[in-house]
Amino acid sequence: MSAGAWSLFIAVFLACVVEAVEATTIILAAGTARDWRSALTGMSAALVVLVAIVAALGPAVSALPLRELRLVVGALLLIFGLQWLRKAILRASGRKALHDEENLYRSHLAEAQAAPARRLGSVPDWYAFTLSFKGTLLEGLEVVFIALTFGSNAGDIPLAGLAAGCAVVLVAIVGVAVRAPLARVPENTLKFVVGIMLTAFGMFWGGEGAGAHWPGSDAALLVLAPVIALFAIGLVAVLRRGKQATPAPARESVPATEAG
Amino acid sequence: MVNRIKAFFAFLYDFVVGDDWRIAVGVVIGLAVTYAISQTSVPAWWVLPALLVVLLPASLWVATRHR
Repeated sequence: MSAGAWSLFIAVFLACVVEAVEATTIILAAGTARDWRSALTGMSAALVVLVAIVAALGPAVSALPLRELRLVVGALLLIFGLQWLRKAILRASGRKALHDEENLYRSHLAEAQAAPARRLGSVPDWYAFTLSFKGTLLEGLEVVFIALTFGSNAGDIPLAGLAAGCAVVLVAIVGVAVRAPLARVPENTLKFVVGIMLTAFGMFWGGEGAGAHWPGSDAALLVLAPVIALFAIGLVAVLRRGKQATPAPARESVPATEAG
Repeated sequence: MVNRIKAFFAFLYDFVVGDDWRIAVGVVIGLAVTYAISQTSVPAWWVLPALLVVLLPASLWVATRHR
């Protein structure tokens, strides 16, 4: 595999691991607190919807002219990347609470345990079904978006799909094996790395789509990513220094589907 | 129905724009400037890196100012 193919695989794989970990946390909470059958049915229903979306959007995305595709996708990736990087820098500098899967899991669990049970058709617990469905669908949409856009821009959708599939299967296997929140996954570090990659790819493709010619062509990506990383690390250092002696915020409790 | 449409657009806004709308606006302006410069004989690749140097610290400054 070439260096370009490896960088595509790694970027998609890492981004999809982050999304899959978030979806797994929600499904585990729904299954543990409520009803496994309903939670797994909800997850399966969401996967069917995602497959339908991929079947509809995949050929459409591939048929778009490359320059326009790079402009739109580059813009979106750059926006996503900067948002992820912004949050990651705030977290790394102690300005924002760390994204903690164990805490999130406990929060979902308590919420799920408090909700009343309601049977609907063949689904024993509608609450567990919808919680699992929404979590899988929303995080899955991000996986689909990342795989399709990275794959179509790099001209290798199968490789991007393989990377996304590997990430989802790996996280699912670990989730089933431990049946507990995937707290040991260094999620905040992963998000920092993914933010850098999304920003670098977004900048590169967006610039090309808007008519810019990068010095060194594709090799410019190999410079962009480390330079963005150094800049982000520098910003973390500046924010840490300016933080003075204020106590660090408590680990956060956020809605089930919060991105980044 | 109206509520569902509203919820869909709220989801779309949150999905695309996220926490800081200035980043989305800045990226659109940066791409427009890149396009405008690329139509001249001046190289345009430096616009987006320069945008990052301005936009990210500015967004962080706004975020930390409110804490």
